Amino acid sequence: MKYTGAEILIKTLLDEGVDTIFGYPGGAVIDIYNALFDYQDQIRHIRPSHEQGGAHAADGYARSTGKTGVCIATSGPGATNMITGIATAYMDSIPLVCITGNVASHLIGKDAFQEIDIYGVTMSVTKHNFMVSDVAKLQDTVRKAFSIANSGRKAPVLIDIQKDVMQNMFEYEPKPSLPLAETPQFEQNEIEELAEYINNAEKPIIYAGGGVNSANASPELRELMNKANIPAVNTIMTIGVLGPIDQLNLGMVGMHGKNSSNFAIENSDLVIALGTRFSDRVALNTKHFAPDAKIVQVDIDASEMNKNIKVDYAVVGDVKEVLTELLPLIDTKKREAWLEKIAEFKKDDYEAPCCEEQIKPHQLISYVVNELGEDLIVVTDVGQHQMWTAQCCARTKPRTFLTSGGLGTMGFGFGAAIGAKVGNPDKPVVLFTGDGSFTMNMNELKTAVDHNIKTTTIILNNHTLGMVRQWQNLLYNKRFSQTDISHSFDYVKLAEAFGAKGYSCKTVDEFKTAFADSQKQDGPVIIEVLIDQDELVLPMIPAGGTVEDIIME
Amino acid sequence: MKKMRVLSILVKNNAGTLTRVAGLFARRGYNIDTLTVSATKDPKFSKITLTAELDDFETSQLMSQTAKLQEVVSIEELFDHNSVLREILLVKVAVTHECRSKLIEIANVYKGVVVDLSRESMIIELTGKPQKIDAFISVIDNFNIINFCRTGVTAVQR
Repeated sequence: MKYTGAEILIKTLLDEGVDTIFGYPGGAVIDIYNALFDYQDQIRHIRPSHEQGGAHAADGYARSTGKTGVCIATSGPGATNMITGIATAYMDSIPLVCITGNVASHLIGKDAFQEIDIYGVTMSVTKHNFMVSDVAKLQDTVRKAFSIANSGRKAPVLIDIQKDVMQNMFEYEPKPSLPLAETPQFEQNEIEELAEYINNAEKPIIYAGGGVNSANASPELRELMNKANIPAVNTIMTIGVLGPIDQLNLGMVGMHGKNSSNFAIENSDLVIALGTRFSDRVALNTKHFAPDAKIVQVDIDASEMNKNIKVDYAVVGDVKEVLTELLPLIDTKKREAWLEKIAEFKKDDYEAPCCEEQIKPHQLISYVVNELGEDLIVVTDVGQHQMWTAQCCARTKPRTFLTSGGLGTMGFGFGAAIGAKVGNPDKPVVLFTGDGSFTMNMNELKTAVDHNIKTTTIILNNHTLGMVRQWQNLLYNKRFSQTDISHSFDYVKLAEAFGAKGYSCKTVDEFKTAFADSQKQDGPVIIEVLIDQDELVLPMIPAGGTVEDIIME
Repeated sequence: MKKMRVLSILVKNNAGTLTRVAGLFARRGYNIDTLTVSATKDPKFSKITLTAELDDFETSQLMSQTAKLQEVVSIEELFDHNSVLREILLVKVAVTHECRSKLIEIANVYKGVVVDLSRESMIIELTGKPQKIDAFISVIDNFNIINFCRTGVTAVQR
């Protein structure tokens, strides 16, 4: 039987298991929406206020569920609005299928109304993209997109569909989903050599990145840690993946990571890098990263080998598959001396001072995460609050901490929180944000109200772009250029204007009362908490620095 | 150490593939010196041959990055010792009655062919390894070269 291209698109999406779409209608996608009208009982459609928010929502949905996020935008501005969202997912290797409409084929290249070459524009922020100009190729293209997005190193894929393709008729015979591309194959002798490095090390440290999360390799990693008593540090992409903080799980490494994590890397004799890319926020100074250590790396992406740090041995493969083969070859060891040394490092870890009345970020975040338990999904925007949350959120399960790690996208949070809640309706979702990040995409509060998506947004308001101010404070001679934000903004009224419930708190007691009340509400809430403008994220190793340069006060 | 590398890339013959490859080089900060694209015996595929000044690390980085592109089937580095590398030069030189025969004499040594001749100028076509083209250009440097064009390297492994 023949269907329009738009119907074929929807049918293929359903076949691929899609039940949720974040999209925004428009002229070039009106046919998709016309088809979607008949599938409202099978596909939940969330319309954001802005396509960027829609892409972030699809991203938050994907990060928190492990499924593929799907978003739709119209041609021209709809498509360009999505770009920051696509780039955010690209930098953190999150699988998305992004669908854009384009003008009809006879108008392509004529600078028609709302025409943009989104295929060309998104080439560098997608793993692959397609322009569909023939309805006969639509089903295959959509299936390819899902396979590419989820094969190997995951990433967004964009499909740009010309308007007449969605109107033209073609047969729809459902084909099977395309298999994922085979993961890179490794030889047994590679695993043996890797095991030899690990068995011969006296002071090994595991440095685990987002690839461990993508591969769902958290249990295997924990087994490796336990079997051979190897301590591990995580990047911001791997919060929760190592389980609870204990003797072996040292917590976050890098610019605002724990001293003990950074000193453990510095003093190790072997760094075991798993699914990570030695970014400039961890390997801050590539010439002095783990100076006395051999470095071994496992990653699914061959181009990450030696890219930022020259390694001694590399295995290209899926982290879960490699660890599964590796585990039987690993000797059990006690490593008492090394673990004692790390315990010594922990004594010098930074402890933020506590306060009874004034709200301190770390106390506030710890309070909230304790109240809501380990199923809580924590979402952040980008800036100081992001680092405080990363330091204190105490997540113990994978996919319970969502943040824009690679691109560092202010404005990521609200959309991502919506996506997380839509994907996990039974789990509480809290967004920690700052006044700068929140105002970037606060229009998504409307989305949360419209769809009654219960999220709690806690705005740490210091009336400044805190992280930039911190750099100006510490590194730019206190020249606070263009960072302060006006005090005239009323977040309670703002929430009410959107149809949400808002709170504003100056003290710890006020916050506790507001928070307790907020959790009884049915819809989204925002809680503004006033914090000191000069509150710093500590410890800090400045860009390009080493553990010698740690700033503690 | 940086040196001229010849990379041979087999790609799917789809619209936009060249942009993907060239764009990848540009955004990773590398300059392509020469580039040729041609058909292969299977019309579904094309061959991109490009040269760039790269060190060993840059070469392996770019090769592994390029290999990730969905449209790329394979990529390999070609070397002088295992491949035939060729380039075509067209050079237009202003000539007078006195110097014309001298130039033809030099062109003959390099097995160049005069493909256009007028009272004021001459166009010589020369095929050979890039080094041979370089040498010829340097030898005729004291003539009045109006302009020249090189095709860039194309290559086949032995």
